[in-house]
Amino acid sequence: MNVVLITIISLGVLGTLAAIILYFVAQKFKVFEDPRIDQVEEVLPAANCGGCGFPGCRAFAEAMVKSDDISDLNCPVGGAETMSAAAGILGKEVAAAAPTVAVVRCNGTCDNRPKVTNYDGATSCTIASSLYGGDTGCSDGCYGLGECVDACNFDAMYMDEKTGLPVIIEDNCVSCGACVDACPKDIIELRKKGPKSRRIFVSCVNKDKGAPAKKACSVACISCKKCQKACPFEAITIENNLAYIHDDKCKLCRKCVSECPTNAIHELNFPPKKPKVEKVVPENAE
Amino acid sequence: MLKTFSLGGVHPAENKFSAGKKIETLPVPEQVSVPIAQHIGAPSEPVVKKGDEVKVGQLIAKSTGFVSTNIHSPVSGKVFKVDDILDASGYKRKAIIIKVEGDEWDENINRNADLVTDITLSKEEIVKKVGEAGIVGLGGATFPAHVKLSVPPGKTCDVLILNAVECEPYLTSDHQLMMEKGEEIMVGTQILMKALDVTKAIIGIENNKKDAIDHMSNLAQKYDGITIEALKVQYPQGGEKQLIDACIQRQIPSGKLPIEVGAVVQNVGTTYAVYEAVQKNKPLFERIVTVTGKSVSKPSNFLTRVGTPVSALINAAGGLPEDTGKVIGGGPMMGKALSSIEVPVTKGSSGILIMPDKIAKRGTMEPCIRCSKCVSVCPMGLSPYLLMTVSDKAIWDRAEEEKIMDCIECGSCSYTCPASRPLLDYIRLGKGKVGNIMRSRNK
Repeated sequence: MNVVLITIISLGVLGTLAAIILYFVAQKFKVFEDPRIDQVEEVLPAANCGGCGFPGCRAFAEAMVKSDDISDLNCPVGGAETMSAAAGILGKEVAAAAPTVAVVRCNGTCDNRPKVTNYDGATSCTIASSLYGGDTGCSDGCYGLGECVDACNFDAMYMDEKTGLPVIIEDNCVSCGACVDACPKDIIELRKKGPKSRRIFVSCVNKDKGAPAKKACSVACISCKKCQKACPFEAITIENNLAYIHDDKCKLCRKCVSECPTNAIHELNFPPKKPKVEKVVPENAE
Repeated sequence: MLKTFSLGGVHPAENKFSAGKKIETLPVPEQVSVPIAQHIGAPSEPVVKKGDEVKVGQLIAKSTGFVSTNIHSPVSGKVFKVDDILDASGYKRKAIIIKVEGDEWDENINRNADLVTDITLSKEEIVKKVGEAGIVGLGGATFPAHVKLSVPPGKTCDVLILNAVECEPYLTSDHQLMMEKGEEIMVGTQILMKALDVTKAIIGIENNKKDAIDHMSNLAQKYDGITIEALKVQYPQGGEKQLIDACIQRQIPSGKLPIEVGAVVQNVGTTYAVYEAVQKNKPLFERIVTVTGKSVSKPSNFLTRVGTPVSALINAAGGLPEDTGKVIGGGPMMGKALSSIEVPVTKGSSGILIMPDKIAKRGTMEPCIRCSKCVSVCPMGLSPYLLMTVSDKAIWDRAEEEKIMDCIECGSCSYTCPASRPLLDYIRLGKGKVGNIMRSRNK
């Protein structure tokens, strides 16, 4: 019995002593942390995806608290709602960033883009692209090895086995940009989601001149400039034999879509076009 | 007991089908495509334009820096265009395309086959001449030769080592060159020795080329300071660091160049090119290319103009066999599969290897069983299995700690892996990333 008592007492005394020392040490070396960081972190989505450009939500919260001007900070996962909630805590102004979504700018399916070689090396787009220009005639297009899908943390992508191309599940995509970074060919791009998710983009990254581009892939941009001429808003530029639609200028009029001879311009989530009504030319018109 | 390097190495089946086949001169093709980037370093800048008449040996693209080189026309004719062509890896690269008309050589080139033994040029003149002639390392690495001959201040060189190892299976171009142009190589060696100011040169030859060892040893008796070293057959003995280790037992510290231990290594093919440039005023525009493979009907060694399409060489060697799975530029260990056989021969093309479908395919990748075979064969003493993992997981600081930059990309690890893991592919990826990180840190 005596042994038990001695043990309890001695350990109790030791514990109390240690607690007292620790208390003073903690007081002495206390690091002040803005309580607002915790509050802001609370409203962030805790996805830790890095889409904001910071290593995780905590770092983003710290940046929001520390910087006076937070208009250039944005959490693409949380969107406007989260940002205004966080800004509300801090009493700061936040610019409403238009929601974006990832788009795959390659439509080189097995039918559109015939294979010319076989690849049996490591299943990594980065490695494959360092070794060779791809198993088709287009050295800019998708390798179909799925590095972007592996990078996605939100189940927003999958490889379509039929086409050999990645597909983005729009509802799941938080536009964190992980797939954009993963793609060695810069095929995936974050574009404005657009009203009712309607978007128009050139689904091609081939920088070859018209003839070789078309030979390699039937749906390649051949830089014919028809879309550029058709666009009333000067939203289309052509650089390195490749058309690009600037989403800040595009008014989604869809004039370019029907103009494109290779169907390289894609429209998403638009209602089907009404069949064109032939204009009736009145007889005896002056 | 024959010498070899101290760490690792493998011994793949030699398969030297084209050994002993006389060098045949391939007819000049109708059109050549000469890429402007055939070497390590900055691409050259074209100095001819569409419609220009060129002669054989005329400068068509000039060097754009110290680590860069001149390119000379391999044919005479008219420049058809300067445009993008597909290179061996299927990417577009700029090239000068020339339509061949006749075979008119530049007057300054001495086409006489007589041996010229007197070296009249001074040390500096030799290095300058080698630079002007556009000579690069012909073993396959294509590093500009004049750069290696310019010993940096503060460093001294006491021995020249000639790489006649040809450790890659299948290839025989250096072997055949030694058999037919041995004297010229000896004079070339003397020229390089003069340029480097050394009195000693060692020619390292693997023991599977006994006839070349005998032939070169006989010739070497007439020349001062040149010795022949017969080496045990072991891949990758042709790597600079391995060859220096094998010949003179000096080990180069991690991240340093051979000059650190007072040695300069040149390939025998390069040495022959140096002889031709210095004694005959002939720039580098043709080279010996081995065309070989298990099912190739006529394995051969061809003297080929740069820019000739690979298909012309394959046709001359009896055509593309039906069971072809891969056509490789270079040897089986370090060569790269060609994306098309219409790509041109470049200064670095040591061989065209045609692999039957059956043996060309990679095995299915299986999990690592930690057998450590890759560790035991790595000639640089690295742990390839670990480097692959850290590259895959993007742990770049660990990759640097594990000395990923020391990898010479010989492929012994991938060759030996029983689980067919693409070790080298991942290590190469890691090397690229770590190299970029290190360079940005130094800025």
